[in-house]
Amino acid sequence: MTSFAGGPKRGLMTLLLWGVPQLSLAAKFNMRPGVTEMSVRVQYIHHIGLWVCVIVGIIVFGAMFYSMFAHRRSRNPTPATFSDSIVVEFLWTLIPVLILVGMAIPATTALRDIEDNENSDLTVLITASQWKWHYKYLDSGISYYSNIATPDEQIENLQPKDEYYLLDVDKPLVLPTNKKIRFLVTADDVIHSWWLPDFAVKQDAIPGFINEAWARIPVAGVYRGQCAELCGVGHAYMPIVADVRPEAEFDAWIEGQRLAAELAGEAAVAARAKTWTMVELLPTGEEVFVKHCATCHQRDGRGQGAKYPALVGSEIATGAITDHLNRVMNGKTDTEMQAWAPQLSDLEIAAVITYERNSWGNDTGDIVQPITVYEAR
Amino acid sequence: MVAHAQIVPKKRHPLLAFAARWLFTTNHKEIGTLYLCLSFLLFFIAGSMAMFMRLELFEPGIQFVDPLFYNQLLTLHGLVMVFGAVMPAFVGLANWLIPMMIGAPDMALPRLNNFSFWILPFAFTLLLSSLFMEGGAPNFGWTFYAPLSTTYGPPSTDFFILGVHLMGISSIMGAINIIVTIVNLRAPGMTYMKMPMFVWTWLITAFLLIMVMPVLAGVVTMMLTDRHFGTSFFDAAGGGDPVLFQHIFWFFGHPEVYIMILPGFGIASQIIPTFARKKLFGYHSMVYATLAIAVLSFVVWGHHMFTTGMPLFAELFIMYATMLIAVPTGVKVFNWIATMWRGSMTFETPMLFAIAFVMMFTIGGFSGLMLALVPADIQYHDTYFVVAHFHYVLYPGAIFGTMGAVYYWLPKWCGHMVDERLGKLHFWCATFAVNLTFFPMHFTGLAGMPRRVPDYSLQFADFNMVSSIGAWLLGLTQILFLYIVVKTIRGGEKATAQVWEGAEGLEWTIPSPAPLHTFETPPVIAQDHGH
Amino acid sequence: MKETPRYYIPHSSIWPIVGSIALFLTAFGAVNFIHQSTDKVAATGSFGGPIFFTGLTIIAVMMFGWFGTVIKENLNGLVSDQLDVSFRMGMAWFIVSEVMFFAVFFGALFYARIISVPWLAGASNNLQTHLLLWPDFAETWPLFRTPGGATTESMGPWGLPFINTIILVTSSVTVTFAHWALKKNQRRALGFWLALTVALGATFLTLQVVEYQHAYQELGLSLDSGIYGSTFFMLTGFHGAHVTLGTIMLSVMLLRVARGHFTPDNHFAFEATSWYWHFVDVVWLFLFTFVYWF
Ligand code: HEA
Ligand code: HEA
Ligand code: HEC
Ligand code: CUA
Ligand SMILES: [Cu+2]
Repeated sequence: MTSFAGGPKRGLMTLLLWGVPQLSLAAKFNMRPGVTEMSVRVQYIHHIGLWVCVIVGIIVFGAMFYSMFAHRRSRNPTPATFSDSIVVEFLWTLIPVLILVGMAIPATTALRDIEDNENSDLTVLITASQWKWHYKYLDSGISYYSNIATPDEQIENLQPKDEYYLLDVDKPLVLPTNKKIRFLVTADDVIHSWWLPDFAVKQDAIPGFINEAWARIPVAGVYRGQCAELCGVGHAYMPIVADVRPEAEFDAWIEGQRLAAELAGEAAVAARAKTWTMVELLPTGEEVFVKHCATCHQRDGRGQGAKYPALVGSEIATGAITDHLNRVMNGKTDTEMQAWAPQLSDLEIAAVITYERNSWGNDTGDIVQPITVYEAR
Repeated sequence: MVAHAQIVPKKRHPLLAFAARWLFTTNHKEIGTLYLCLSFLLFFIAGSMAMFMRLELFEPGIQFVDPLFYNQLLTLHGLVMVFGAVMPAFVGLANWLIPMMIGAPDMALPRLNNFSFWILPFAFTLLLSSLFMEGGAPNFGWTFYAPLSTTYGPPSTDFFILGVHLMGISSIMGAINIIVTIVNLRAPGMTYMKMPMFVWTWLITAFLLIMVMPVLAGVVTMMLTDRHFGTSFFDAAGGGDPVLFQHIFWFFGHPEVYIMILPGFGIASQIIPTFARKKLFGYHSMVYATLAIAVLSFVVWGHHMFTTGMPLFAELFIMYATMLIAVPTGVKVFNWIATMWRGSMTFETPMLFAIAFVMMFTIGGFSGLMLALVPADIQYHDTYFVVAHFHYVLYPGAIFGTMGAVYYWLPKWCGHMVDERLGKLHFWCATFAVNLTFFPMHFTGLAGMPRRVPDYSLQFADFNMVSSIGAWLLGLTQILFLYIVVKTIRGGEKATAQVWEGAEGLEWTIPSPAPLHTFETPPVIAQDHGH
Repeated sequence: MKETPRYYIPHSSIWPIVGSIALFLTAFGAVNFIHQSTDKVAATGSFGGPIFFTGLTIIAVMMFGWFGTVIKENLNGLVSDQLDVSFRMGMAWFIVSEVMFFAVFFGALFYARIISVPWLAGASNNLQTHLLLWPDFAETWPLFRTPGGATTESMGPWGLPFINTIILVTSSVTVTFAHWALKKNQRRALGFWLALTVALGATFLTLQVVEYQHAYQELGLSLDSGIYGSTFFMLTGFHGAHVTLGTIMLSVMLLRVARGHFTPDNHFAFEATSWYWHFVDVVWLFLFTFVYWF
């Protein structure tokens, strides 16, 4: 550090002029620049705001501290008597106005561009619900849910937290680089907000309305964000992950998804046509249960206290099949028991219900067929 | 609490007499005391909730408070601080001070005054009892956005709604009383432009209250009918819009935040001239600036809604209007500094609080200005940057303002001087702790931490730990404040009528402690009084 | 009125605390009642109705006692001109707050008409809302068919509503005649015009009930027929509630007139009531224009 060679005074100056801005702009203390052109512009506007405030602050607080020092009673025993001055009052009205105009100009032009959703190359419909995201590529019809992937054990401090604690999902949103991507954002239940800081996109998801936003991402990579509107107990647990890939890779991915969807469709038709046996359904049922249901109802189906009912001997899980189907497919409003129909296939629902009705001591002997689920949809 | 002669009929059991005195009182000073005590109690309740929140936020992961309960704490913390701590504190000060400052015998409508107060304990009972109800307390934030609060709200939401109605009735009646007192009961010669700034700011605040509290009442009514009677104000399927809720809420909400700061401006404008021993600089521009802030506050509500998909022109208009508020607010800040300029300052506790108020409110104002820049707000919105902003304007703003006022006028109220050493200790601890708590929130916010979460990812851990430590320190310093106030009331150096050598105004012409009834016949206001 | 040197400060009063308790009971009872009757929580045995009506009754008693005290003070000459002005200002600001309360519901109406309904049909920056979420929805006002599919017919302006307009405007005139009569100390004319005003108020309310029946039974227009029904019933309903209150206030004035209260220059209660009545009338004119007519 050569700059400290000039003695303490120079060192201090360096610290102030170079060190403090460096520190305050360091990643940890500052808004990050993000990856898109727009996010860089937004950071620039943030910097304008920040520095205007810092400079005005230094002047204002400087004057104040000077006055407190120089005009304290021991130094200035007789106070002055002035209490008005048209000139300074005019000046300190005018100057802030000019500063504000200076700040408003870049903000206005940037805002105009942010709101310009025309000419997009690709449209993704984002639908939020408590507490997951659903992505649908309108151009190719592919759609899927994206759920948080952080295990509960980490949240409950039973396991060490990994690097992307709370910021990991099972299926990220895959996007191409260098295309103008239009996001259509809406919600099924309450208001959520789709926020990806690195794209400078934050758009509220309002049930019944569609909001628009866009991004053009020059650099491939994985970008993370979170829901940014209080949406109930799971608000902290609905991360957003975008996996941005070069165009060719993206196209290949789309093709792969299309094939997979076709296969799933064919499989579903086949599943419906077939009459399944208990032995065939139970393993699938167990798999689905462990993956989706056990967090609340527990692996042994005994639930957790009053809040998450036990399925062992439960009235619904051992009663009429239609009620059971209904509860699992449509959930129960205003509780955490969500509707699973949109998320699971006919076969999966049939299997999990069969599993529930014939495990842990439940022995109804009922077998639910995918066709029944299909008809109940 | 304050030793005055009592005017309840004699020959009653002392306990009954005590109850009767406080329940039936129509005296502005006693009602002021009631307001201040209630506000302090609720401040502690809401503060303890914040302590639990900060405990949970000390580390990532869920440790002490489950997410559902966290949301309830959050909601009640916000609501009780806003409606229970800040607003009643300011009304309490208004009750104590306005009649004394304008030479009035009491508030204009004394019985109504009592009514306004006694509704509040019931309103908060209704609100806080929801904690013990099936389904828990309201859990949708103090802004209670639909449909989270309508379709998905717990049953206790309805108690919350009616509680808000009661608070609204109380505030409106209180505000009417204050306006009428100021307009109709000024002593002869006390012209508008001679009124102390505190009275001016309250006049304008009361006007804001009358304009926006009914709006809040309207929106909660719509919530109630949407919840139970099939209306669809906030439901797109019926032709309504969830965002309509936000428009109405913030039409109330933004003026509300100025309701929580304008009296604070008034307090600073009283304290600073006293200890600078110099007249308030730019009195007239101070009045006009307050008016300008109030008028502008009606057209900027949309700045809380920049991410809801408003059309471009609306966003631009709101951005400009919001930024414009910095101008009159700046005028006030500059006037305070000009008042200090070439004065002859001493730094007793009230002055320290007033100066800290000016500085830290300005810091909060600065972040407000940054929030007003729409493209940047898209990144700031619903992050801890916003939490930092509003705690800077609310804690070192509204709360420091109130505490400064208590240090400043307490000798007048109870006749004892405050222990300066303890007062200064409280000040320095509180200032340190406030900044330790809320400054790091700017950084967590900029780094991308959403607000209203009980749990967060690892990159935010350090700053949250600092904030939590700061918050507990801040909590402890409030206990010191309580101790100081109680100690001062119970004894201490006797205060003179003047109390502070540089103080000007009618309240300093009456003895300390102020007798229960003052100015039963109007005082004479000197021609050269005031400004 | 005689000039009293001192501003009258009542020493203590039980009515405010009685009123606070009553408001608490009313609020608490109302919520329990709603919960019981809408099954939000199984709250049988929470006595919603009785608590609510107890609250209301105590409020009535409180008003009676409170205003009775004020009247007595007035008759004892404790009310100075200055206090009279305080009362007037208080009433005026109270009406301002009421104006704001109605403004919210008008705001919701205009929001629905200018913003939410057109937007749901694709206006402004909401084309996708229309295309993807509500493709079959078309904008109309009155909203005959909501995006969700609820249907209703509209309430035309020229039947009962128009008659009600005439009734209410007339009643505003008659109450003014009553006021003039009071100022000229013509007690019989005062009684006549005041009684007529009360009668007109009651007629208005009756017709309003008939109109609501018509709406529910023949038009299918109800609280749950979408935003049109919501704004229609909330606006006319709150207005109706205010007319009811105004009519009760006028009736009390009529009783007091019968008992010989009020003098040509001391009749604040009467004036406050008539202000209130005019306010209710003006609100109706806005209602008629924007809810029924355009
Ligand atoms: C006392 C309360 C108070 C006060 C006084 C203010 C004052 C201001 N507030 Fe704040 N605000 C809140 C309480 C308050 N606010 C609360 C509670 C919320 C969050 C609500 C919620 O969502 O829960 C909020 C949120 C909030 C938002 C929404 C953020 C978001 O959710 O995305 C915005 C956006 O514009 C904003 C802006 C402002 C501005 C511009 C001011 C201005 O009035 C500030 C003006 C002051 C100054 C600028 C400093 C002094 C001036 C000078 C020294 C002059 C020279 C300066 C320059 C020219 C730079 N506030
Ligand atoms: C005037 C208003 C006001 C005041 C004074 C405060 C004071 C405090 N606030 Fe809060 N706050 C709000 C208004 C206010 N707040 C609002 C409106 C919200 C938004 C809510 C929402 O999003 O809906 C909010 C939200 C909010 C959050 C964000 C939560 C989230 O988004 O998830 C946090 C987090 O740290 C917080 C913390 C604090 C702390 C530590 C204090 C401290 O200053 C409190 C200090 C006081 C005490 C501590 C009480 C006295 C002491 C005791 C009772 C003794 C016990 C002490 C110990 C155990 C140490 N507040
Ligand atoms: C996030 C927590 C959660 C998950 C995950 C979950 N449930 Fe539930 N479930 C609940 C809750 C809470 C209830 C109780 C609802 C109520 O109040 O009646 C419930 C109720 C049920 C019931 C009715 C039990 C009874 O007797 O009332 C069945 C059956 C059920 N769930 C099946 C499932 C299946 C199958 C899955 C996975 C595909 C699943 N649940 C996943 C929380 C969950
Ligand atoms: Cu979804 Cu918060
Ligand atoms: Cu605001």
